[in-house]
Amino acid sequence: MADHLLEVQDLSVTFHTVRGPVNAVRNVSWHLDRGEVLAILGESGSGKSVSASAVMDLIDIPPGEIASGRILFEGRDLLTMSHDERRRINGKRIAMIFQDPLSHLNPVYSVGWQIEETMVIHGTSRADAQRETVALLRKVGIPDPEGAAVKYPHQFSGGQRQRLMIAMALALRPDVLIADEPTTALDVTVQAQILGLLEQLQAETGMGLLIITHDLGVVAEMADRVVVMNAGEIVETGSATDVYRNPQHPYTQKLIAAAPGQGDMSHGVPEQEPLLRLTGVKKNYGAFTALNGISFDLMAGETLAVVGESGSGKSTMAKVLLQLEEASGGQAEYKGRDLLTLSPKELFEMRRDIQMVFQDPTQSLNPRMSVYQLISEAWVIHRDILPKDRWKARVAELLEQVGLLAEHMHRYPHQFSGGQRQRIAIARALALEPRIIVCDEAVSALDVSIQAQVIELLDKLRHELGLSYIFIAHDLPVVRDFADRVIVMQAGEIVEQGSVRQIFEAPRMRYTQDLLAASLDPDPEVQAARRNSRLEIAQ
Amino acid sequence: MRSFLTKRAYASLISLLFLIVAVFFLSRLTGDPTNLYLPVDASLDSRERFRALHGLDDPLILQFGRYLADLAVLDFGDSIRRSQPALDVVLEAFKWTLALAAITMTIVTITAIVIGSLAAFRVGGLFDRTATFFSLIGASAPDFWIAIVAIVLFSVNLGWLPTSGTGTVWHWIMPIGVLFIRPFGLILQVVRGAMITALGSAYVKTARAKGVASRPIIFVHALRNAMLPVITVIGDQAAAILNGAVVVETIFGFPGVGKLMIDSILQRDFAVVLATIMVTAFAIFVMNLLIDLAYAVLDPRIRY
Repeated sequence: MADHLLEVQDLSVTFHTVRGPVNAVRNVSWHLDRGEVLAILGESGSGKSVSASAVMDLIDIPPGEIASGRILFEGRDLLTMSHDERRRINGKRIAMIFQDPLSHLNPVYSVGWQIEETMVIHGTSRADAQRETVALLRKVGIPDPEGAAVKYPHQFSGGQRQRLMIAMALALRPDVLIADEPTTALDVTVQAQILGLLEQLQAETGMGLLIITHDLGVVAEMADRVVVMNAGEIVETGSATDVYRNPQHPYTQKLIAAAPGQGDMSHGVPEQEPLLRLTGVKKNYGAFTALNGISFDLMAGETLAVVGESGSGKSTMAKVLLQLEEASGGQAEYKGRDLLTLSPKELFEMRRDIQMVFQDPTQSLNPRMSVYQLISEAWVIHRDILPKDRWKARVAELLEQVGLLAEHMHRYPHQFSGGQRQRIAIARALALEPRIIVCDEAVSALDVSIQAQVIELLDKLRHELGLSYIFIAHDLPVVRDFADRVIVMQAGEIVEQGSVRQIFEAPRMRYTQDLLAASLDPDPEVQAARRNSRLEIAQ
Repeated sequence: MRSFLTKRAYASLISLLFLIVAVFFLSRLTGDPTNLYLPVDASLDSRERFRALHGLDDPLILQFGRYLADLAVLDFGDSIRRSQPALDVVLEAFKWTLALAAITMTIVTITAIVIGSLAAFRVGGLFDRTATFFSLIGASAPDFWIAIVAIVLFSVNLGWLPTSGTGTVWHWIMPIGVLFIRPFGLILQVVRGAMITALGSAYVKTARAKGVASRPIIFVHALRNAMLPVITVIGDQAAAILNGAVVVETIFGFPGVGKLMIDSILQRDFAVVLATIMVTAFAIFVMNLLIDLAYAVLDPRIRY
């Protein structure tokens, strides 16, 4: 058997918790060679990051325990080495970058110092390290590298921070780079840039690249081979194209089928008088213009998607519409009245009709309230909706409507999974019998298969109850499957709006075209074709 | 930065003014100093003269006005007891308290940070449990009791240390030792808590992935992040000592502001009481500024 650069053999990791031992991964084996990109694909809780943590000696023992297995790096077992020996490998031979670079960079030291540190602890002199740092910053595309080195992490944008992490990891030209969800919190165009940078650097250095991700699109874009994990075990291994074209395991098949962006696009709702009409809505924060004249219509029963990158004003628009923030100008006409200039009493009445579902149900549901309390609170505030003796029956009805059980009403949010919590949040919004629901990134934090289920639920409720949705999202494939019409926002303005077909098949504006081009397709061959066309354009 | 300083100074000045009003009138409620300084059988005439001499014969509101007017030119009045400017009396005592606070807090800070950090590194280990046990006892022990027990043990029974005064190094050991205990317990707990958070953070994971050794991870990566809440408590505790470690100074006969304050209240030496309050208030104002500055030095995200 030929030696691989990095090889995990039969690894099992157990965490000893107060509720007993939890097997994080069981009998996991994979290998990585020089110049190769391996992806570990899995949903949350699948154990996809655990073997990488074991490689980096990041598992705390106790409560963790490596129950079995070997991790061979150039033929030597890392698990039998001392911590000192492993420390000499970490950062120098094997390096790692993480999701959420802001929290993974130390906030109180300059980024230059942090990059230098990697080199200094492995024996480079401080002066050499300083020179090298500037070169690295230039290489990863940070503007003004000399000036950037003395700045602190909070002074950079999300994409730049990930570039800084990459510079730090690649400082000593490691043989292996492990990237744990490197682009998950980033905008699509920034994601494309970061993945492009990783590809380019890998080609230059010939290192082995291990990418841990939940995103089929990232696998399609980057990986030569893929390892699919579910519930702590590897269910399938193969080349990225084979696994996508011909998945063997039922879990893989389910995962690929759930990937958004493959369904039929909507034909839109029939022409009619709009339910809600925004004209020239503005919002300023001091001298900063967050919304610069937003105008659109929303029809009854329609799903209107609002897409755009972070800072484009999507969420500000929702807040202004719900009067959580006061508009600086413009009108929002609903049932013949301007929502933006209502008296407090009228506003109270109107609030029923427009409800909101937020991104993170863990934060938007009060952990100290039972499901019954969470849902019925709406009727405590709006007293005339339902007499108290009918509350229980109605909560049960709503829970069943969102696919939960009536007996769930006495439980608390922490007893549910992320997808179930989002269902509770939807039931809570439905309690007031609204006409419009604003979903602010409501499915972004969910795993792909759960995401598909929640979208299905939203779609069902729309038909049953005649709801309209304002669906704020950054994930274009989800929008493509779910929306009737799409608004594209950039820097507080609407750059383009139209039917979902028009936006996805014939985008007119350059910005929309860029967004679509940066979005990743789960099909490796489609991604390869896009990459080639990008290269041709570049040449 | 300058506008921050000005705002701070104004806010402090206003609270100080309220304090002066309260203390000025409340202290007069303790009685007439004349009864204390003149013999019981002093003639009415000599009492009148004493009152006139110290400005005690005017209506209270007039006395207050005069006091404020003098204060405006930094005249804090004279001590009745010692016949010298009240400010001089207070500054002399403050010198001793400042030294006591500085020495105590330096020792407390260094030991609490080192021990707290090491305790946080292995939560639940023997070192952590021992440190937590003693720091909790320290944080909750009443200082008057410890002071008396210390005197009984080290001075009376063993005869190792003097009971009171400031003459030699030996005189300082017991006051510092007793003042050390409570802040040490409190600060150690805060350091430990903040360090547990910092050591569990994502940037520490990055440092481990870079191959940084344990000691720099604790004292370079985590500690500086953990220092913000710690500094707040250090400031509080230092202020408490500056404010007059009344009990400890009195028990050990230490000539600091705490003892001076108690003495001058009992002696109805109003000018000294007020001057003590203003000097300590100023010290605490400076102390808080230093804490704010330390925040900005430690955390680049904080700018005023």
